[in-house]
Order: sequence, then C-alpha cells, then structure tokens
Amino acid sequence: MLKFTSKQLIGVGIFLFMIFIGVPLIIGATGRWDFYFTLTSVALLAIASAGVWLTFYIGRINIGQGAFALIGAYVSAILVVKAGWSFWISLPAAGLFAAIVAILIGMPILRLRGVYFAMITLVLTQVVTLTALALPITNGAKGISNIPLPSGISVFGIPILPDFAAMENTKLAFYYTACIIMILTYAALYRLVNSRLGHLCRSMQQNEELASSIGVNISYIRIVIFAISSFFGGLGGAMFGSIAQSVYPSSFQVADSVNFMLNCFLGGLGFVFGPMLGTLVLYFGWDLLFEFGKYQMLIYSTVLIIIIRFLPNGLLSIRFGKGGDK
Amino acid sequence: MSPLLQVKNVTKKYGGLTANNAISFDVAENEILSVIGPNGAGKSTLFKMIASFTPTTSGEVIYQGERISNLKPHIVARKGVVRTFQETTIFKSMTVRESVVVAQHLRAKASLAGYFWGSKTAKEDVTAFGKYADELLEFLGMSEISNEQASNLPQGSLRALGIAIGLATDPKVLLLDEPFAGMNHDETMNMVNLVRSVRDERGVTVMLVEHDMPAVMNISDRIVVLNFGEKIAEGTPSEIQNNEKVIEAYLGSVDDEIGM
Repeated sequence: MLKFTSKQLIGVGIFLFMIFIGVPLIIGATGRWDFYFTLTSVALLAIASAGVWLTFYIGRINIGQGAFALIGAYVSAILVVKAGWSFWISLPAAGLFAAIVAILIGMPILRLRGVYFAMITLVLTQVVTLTALALPITNGAKGISNIPLPSGISVFGIPILPDFAAMENTKLAFYYTACIIMILTYAALYRLVNSRLGHLCRSMQQNEELASSIGVNISYIRIVIFAISSFFGGLGGAMFGSIAQSVYPSSFQVADSVNFMLNCFLGGLGFVFGPMLGTLVLYFGWDLLFEFGKYQMLIYSTVLIIIIRFLPNGLLSIRFGKGGDK
Repeated sequence: MSPLLQVKNVTKKYGGLTANNAISFDVAENEILSVIGPNGAGKSTLFKMIASFTPTTSGEVIYQGERISNLKPHIVARKGVVRTFQETTIFKSMTVRESVVVAQHLRAKASLAGYFWGSKTAKEDVTAFGKYADELLEFLGMSEISNEQASNLPQGSLRALGIAIGLATDPKVLLLDEPFAGMNHDETMNMVNLVRSVRDERGVTVMLVEHDMPAVMNISDRIVVLNFGEKIAEGTPSEIQNNEKVIEAYLGSVDDEIGM
C-alpha cells in the first residue's frame, strides 16, 4: 500500500523532471513563452478536475465544480483586495470556504443519485454565477480586477516565498507554483484513494446499501468527500484568479463545469492520474484544432465521442488495461 | 435470562397495505431462528425493519435492552445486528479478499486521518485486517477464490461471500436473506453446515428468511411463520410441521362448497 515499485518511482521521477526542468528548457529553446500560460492553466484545471474525479469515486456525477472554482476565486480576490490578506493565506482560506459551502449544499443534495445529483450540480454553477452578479461584495458584472500579484512571505526575515511583483518572469513563477500545488493535490488524492477512506468510497460506489449494512456511515463520508472535492475546486479557482489578476462572474461557467467532468472521463475514472492527463489532452487538443477555424468544434466533439465510445475507461486504459488504481 | 433481541408489536404499512401487522417474538442468544411464510407474507419487510433499513410504522425492535428500530442502518450494524443480502448485492469490482477487508472497517482503531498519514495504529490495523480476512475465508472454505473478482463468481460463492462480508463486521446477530435460494441439494447442505458452524464456532446468533422447507427444518432451533403479514405460529420445527394453521397457509384450507 505504501510501497512503490521501482517502475513507478522511475515514472514519477521522469514526470517531475519533465515538469520542473524539461518544460522550461524546451520553452526556452523554442521561445514559445505563451506555453507557460497554457501549461499553468492545465495544472490549475487539473487540480479542480481532481476534485470532480473524487466525487466520481463515491458514485456521483459532479457537474458543479465550476461553482466551487468561482467561489474560491472570489474569496481569494476579496480577501486580498478588500481585506488586504496575503495571497498565500487567502489560498487555503478559499479552499476551506468552498469546502464549507459544499458541506452546507451537500447535506441536502448528496442524498440524490445518478442523473438527479448531476442536474442539481449543473444548476449550481449557474446559481453561483448569478449570486456573484447580485452581491455587492463581488462587485456585480464588473467583477474584481487589478488583483495584486502574490506578495512575498518571510519568517524572521528569511524569505520563504518571493514577491511576485518584483520578479522579472512571473510566468515561470506561476508555472512552478501551479505545478507544485497540482503535485501536492494528486499526492494527497493518491494517498486518500489508497487509504481506508478510499476503500470505503469504493464500497459506497459499488453498493451503498451493502456499505451501510457493514456499518459505513454513508451520508457522513459522502459529505467529507464532497467537501474535499470542493476544496480542490476552490484552490484551483483562487490560483486562477490570481494569475489572471481578475475575477468575473463569467470566469467559470457551466461549460467549465462540464469540461472538468470531461477531463475525468477522458483520462479515465479508474485512475488517480486520469484527470491530469485528461485535462492536458483536452486543453491542448482544443488549441491544436484552432487552425481548422469554424470546424474546430465539430472535429473536437467528434473525436471526444469516438474516444468515449471506444475507450470507456479513458485514455490511461490503453496503457494499464481496464480499471486498477495507478 | 432476557432474550438477545425482541420484536415487539412491529407493524409496517405501505399506504393502505399492511405488510406486517403487530408481529412479536423473541430471539435467544446463540439460536438459529427462521422466519418462513408463503410469498408476500412480509418476511423481507420484517428483516428490513430489524436491521433498520426501513422504519417501522409502529412497534419496536429491542436489542440487548436498547431500542434499535428506526435508527440509521450503519448504527444498528455497529451495535452488532448485521444483515446480508441476496446475491446481487455485492461489491462487484472488488476481489473476495478486498470485500472482506473493507467490511472489517468497524474494527479500525486508527482514525481516517491516521490512515491518510500512515500512522502506526493504521499500519497495525491493515495487517490485522488482512490476517483476519485470510482466517475468515479459510473458515468459510473460500481461500481458493480469495483473489477472484466478485463479479466473476458463481451464485453459490456469491452467497458465501455475502455471509463472509457480514461476518467480517463481527456481528452478534446475523440476518441472512434467503441463503439457500436457487441451490441444489448438495449446495444447500454445505450452506446449512456453514451456517451452523457460524453459530457453533463463532457464537453468532442467526436469523434467516427462507423458502427451502427441508433446509429450514434441518437447521432451525425455532421457526416463526408469517402469512399475509400476521404471525400465525411459532415453535420448534416439529411443532411447526404439525401446526394446522401452517399447513392451511401453505396448502390452502378445505373449501366446503366444492369439497376440496
């Protein structure tokens, strides 16, 4: 359970090397600096997708992650702009706030199953968007702009995190930050799935009645999982707002919620690292098809349908076969 | 000695339909008690109420002097009253051993966070769960299929898996839902022996709902008979076999007019 095979360790090593050394070298050589923004976005969307994947793990289709990403983005922006907090403290606060909202909303709606839960979460994104438009603190349609870049943090005069505003290359700094948070998220997710909580989730996903007959408090675990899931959503959203330096009600829409879910499907629901790959392929795939102009959407959706039809267990099933937790 | 479990005036109504009407009986510690009756007699409903999977309309179920009806099912399971299901209710994509390991989570000493960080207690738990799972599967004669995926198992093994999952929770009372359904004579006899050894060697009180009369007569210490939601008889197998009301319920009463 805690032991990794040497093959897995090498895989993780190559992955980390590529992210932290390989990618910057390639971008430096090719001069495609815009890729930093793309890859940072992928990392942040992958964090939110990890949350959606986790709700899939207890057998619930979650199309509401956009709502929690938006909540996270607003909470962080408001804390930084209006309350003058440091971004680094507002980041976990945004995640926690999203988790608390998830607990309150989850208590009534997590009783629903299948398509009913999916429908409610779908509406949730719209509700949060409309709330952001209506509330005075979120500044309506104008949103919150000119969010300052993350400031530095020092403890006893020793700088722990640098001041982003004083940096020449903020793109690289954001890229590294997003990657580190993404890696922490997936490490936590992997650990969770392979611990007792993960096993209980699996038992609930497969049969809730039987799970409660062996004494699993299913309503409690559902809420815990939904809160963790939304914590990831809030985290990703808050980071996004900080990079864009602005948040609008339209920053995360229903389409984004759907994309978070598609990332999980595409990567594979049976694999912890599925949503990460799914996000990468989906985000880059869309960009690559840009050359096709008006046919972009047509080709994109056709390819998606084909993949879901012929690879129902996601892209990772090509490499690892059906199911199993990598 | 007071009975381990008491069913007191339990009634269940679904709209205008009375599935169970004022049923009362006691279950003594270490006995095997069967609930029988024709189709639609309300046996399954009664079981669901004892395990608190459905609330009672009136009446109560008392376990060790404590009311357990209308609680959440997981709380009743934690107190030691655990039900099994018919064969379709399993953890399909887990192996037999994984299912039994998961079912032991009630014994966990470490917290969920402890498992996340990999505390010492959590590691001890994991080792203990694995050891007990192997032991239990050997006891049930399932060692050979312990790494099979549940969805690939034949019907008989699924039934045994259901019992294994129930037993893994370390119950005081195990409620078995039709454990012999769809089995041939040999399989039934194996299962009868298994259920008996669960009681004899593990000290588990067993209640079962069943249609297979020879098996029920063979295994039960006492039998409760339901018909149209009413309890019509209670007693030892030989008393039940000679009870007129029971014979009438199963074979139909003599109709004077047509002389049958």
